[in-house]
Amino acid sequence: MKKLLLLGIIGISVAACGGGGNKEEEKNPYQMEGATKEAEAAANPSYDPERGVGKFTKVDVPAALDKAMAGNGKKAYEVKCSSCHKLTDEKLVGPGWKGVTSRYKAEWIMNFVTNPDEMLDKDPKAQAQLEICLVRMPNQNLSDDDARALYEFMRENDGVK
Amino acid sequence: MKHSKYLTLASAVALVVGVNACKPKNAGNAVTGDAASKAYVAPGKFDEFYNFLSGGFSGQMSVYGLPSGRLLRVIPVFSVDPEKGYGYSEETKPMLNTSHGFVPWDDLHHPELSQTNGEVDGRWIFGNANNTPRVARIDLATFRTAEIIELPNSGGNHSSPFITQNTEYVVAGTRFSVPADNANGDVPINTYKQNFKGHISFISVGKEDGKMDLAFQIECPGVNFDLSHAGKDKSHGWFFFSCYNTEQANTLLEVNASQRDKDFIMAVNWKKAEEYLKAGKGKKQSVRYAHNVYNEKTHTATSEIRTEVTVLDAKELKDMCYFIPCPKSPHGCDVDPTGEYIVGSGKLAALIPVFSFDKIQKAIADKAFEGDFEGIPVIKYDAALYGEVKKPGLGPLHTEFDGKGNAYTSFFVSSEVVKWNIKDLKVVDRAPTYYSVGHLCVPGGDSRKPNAKYVIAYNKITKDRYLPTGPELAQSAQLYDISGDKMQLILDFPTIGEPHYAQACAADIIKNRSVKFYKIDENANPYASKGEATTKVERKGKEVHVYMTAIRSHFAPDNIEGIKVGDEVYFHVTNLEQDWDVPHGFAIKGASNAELLIMPGETQTLKWNVEKVGMYPMYCTDFCSALHQEMQGYVRVSPAGSNTPLTFSTGKTAPEPAAAQ
Repeated sequence: MKKLLLLGIIGISVAACGGGGNKEEEKNPYQMEGATKEAEAAANPSYDPERGVGKFTKVDVPAALDKAMAGNGKKAYEVKCSSCHKLTDEKLVGPGWKGVTSRYKAEWIMNFVTNPDEMLDKDPKAQAQLEICLVRMPNQNLSDDDARALYEFMRENDGVK
Repeated sequence: MKHSKYLTLASAVALVVGVNACKPKNAGNAVTGDAASKAYVAPGKFDEFYNFLSGGFSGQMSVYGLPSGRLLRVIPVFSVDPEKGYGYSEETKPMLNTSHGFVPWDDLHHPELSQTNGEVDGRWIFGNANNTPRVARIDLATFRTAEIIELPNSGGNHSSPFITQNTEYVVAGTRFSVPADNANGDVPINTYKQNFKGHISFISVGKEDGKMDLAFQIECPGVNFDLSHAGKDKSHGWFFFSCYNTEQANTLLEVNASQRDKDFIMAVNWKKAEEYLKAGKGKKQSVRYAHNVYNEKTHTATSEIRTEVTVLDAKELKDMCYFIPCPKSPHGCDVDPTGEYIVGSGKLAALIPVFSFDKIQKAIADKAFEGDFEGIPVIKYDAALYGEVKKPGLGPLHTEFDGKGNAYTSFFVSSEVVKWNIKDLKVVDRAPTYYSVGHLCVPGGDSRKPNAKYVIAYNKITKDRYLPTGPELAQSAQLYDISGDKMQLILDFPTIGEPHYAQACAADIIKNRSVKFYKIDENANPYASKGEATTKVERKGKEVHVYMTAIRSHFAPDNIEGIKVGDEVYFHVTNLEQDWDVPHGFAIKGASNAELLIMPGETQTLKWNVEKVGMYPMYCTDFCSALHQEMQGYVRVSPAGSNTPLTFSTGKTAPEPAAAQ
């Protein structure tokens, strides 16, 4: 206890004479990807749980399937997703993909697959899934095009023609 | 208990910070109250400098942060490293191939950062192998050994891997003179004077890709080459090598190589050597040496044995090499940032000679020679000497520079760092080291532009400085703040292996170029599995190839049957993760080598010789997720000649309990 008290007193004295400290030291010059995105999210107070957090704010999805794009999505799925996600509704490591496009909007899915860490830290629906699966979805560093193609492949999987 | 200790520590640190914050600066030069705050880097904060230390007889290179002295990484270079699978995985084994076959260990003495225009550029760092002569290049985007080249005609590569100011060459001077590789080595040892030669190697370095190539060697008289440094700026085009044992003794060198009052520093005009090479004056010699390259796309090393080297004869080819007398078995051979002053350090001397490049040039022009040594002119000592630092200490070894006109020299015998002024040769400060300092390092301290905030002393002996750990004690580094007039000791930290030379540079030059993971799309390993759908197990006679993937938190396949005693199983494991800091490990019970540690997007292969029937667990060794402990599998081994079918699966269970055998 005495030590704690001492620490407290010294802490105050440092604050009293330190006056701000070294600014350079406080600013981490090594910008992490997450840090900028966090700043963006903070700048946007109206959080939309249907959209999630990430770079996709509006995705235009035509009614008809883009077959070529879905084909690209399938390729990405096989390399980067299939280890954990089945195309049925059966859960493997993560949930099966059957019906995923009716449960979530395109923006939410694309934000989640490209920005999983921040989504898992902030988004209530992503957090609810984490409680079920207990494995944080890895960031597979998908490009924007990959994310869109994957969404198209999910639509194909959900029966869109 | 733990808590209260931490609290005490925290209070101490806070106290120090508190005192510092309220006190005026310039508190003194002993280990004073502000030392801790100067070396303190708060949790979560980055260090300002990278410090690359030779691992000595560990064969590796270690990376520390400064000023905290925190160990950031150990880079395997010349020795196997089971922790990282280096030298154990099929992909990395060729890195340690030599003309003597696979050599699992060496002794790394000197790291040297690449330079452009005489300034540290942070692209690569080189290291020397002191036993089986080699030079390694480490890529500082990946902090991995990218290339190793062996040196023919050499015995113990000590005078290495110092570089020219645009990294045109990295040099390697042999410590042991030996009969040339294409001569008969089966001669009496006491025929040293007739049969032994000292070769120095010039390895060219690719401007863009860093690829090393043994450009040429210079055959010199048989002596021991010790250390070297390139000229810079005005002396760019020259290289300076210290040498001892000019007595040419072959036994009891302690006595017999310490007879002469002076040995030499050899000045090499390498631009002249290039001219001779171009003019076809070199002799092609038949030799054997390994050249090993790690390919970042296939994640695989290849080793090639090369069979020819071009040798220039220092005796026949005039105006290329000159000897400069240097007192008492010179060791360090260091060139100041202007390129004008060459500092020799005689291990047994009680003075430091400083040579002048201008005077050396004039002496050569005037032929101010005192004679020759085996056909190579010896410049008169006074004709090359700028001056001597008188009574600096005992046993000078190495000198680094601050770019402000000062030099810092280590003294092994008197255990101290001595700061002296290059112009007037006067000692301006001295600080004790604990104990027996070898090399020194100032960030950029052998370049044209030192970044002289610290000097670090690398000590051979620590005796009473750390808690005892049995007969072998820690080696150490000591950090001195040199931003003021006086050196101030601010931190001790233990090191791995024995630290010889070290180099440091601002973290900014390196950290933003760090590779975070390998892109799976660009993985060109022939055994890669890009996605679980491509995983498989293939038998080719006794060889079984398992194409496996790893992702949080399972392997595919994780059940394999039909492996038989006598099989050679190759596990080709591809890490499918595509995020920073998510390696997976792979280990299987009874494997007689090591684990694999597979970076995201990478494929690595473990070879397993199957010897006994039974059930063999395999698992991920690198804690990867909450379900890391679930990341495991089994391999069933049946007797040789049994007919258990080869099967593999992930997530498949027996249809009925009764169906399981």
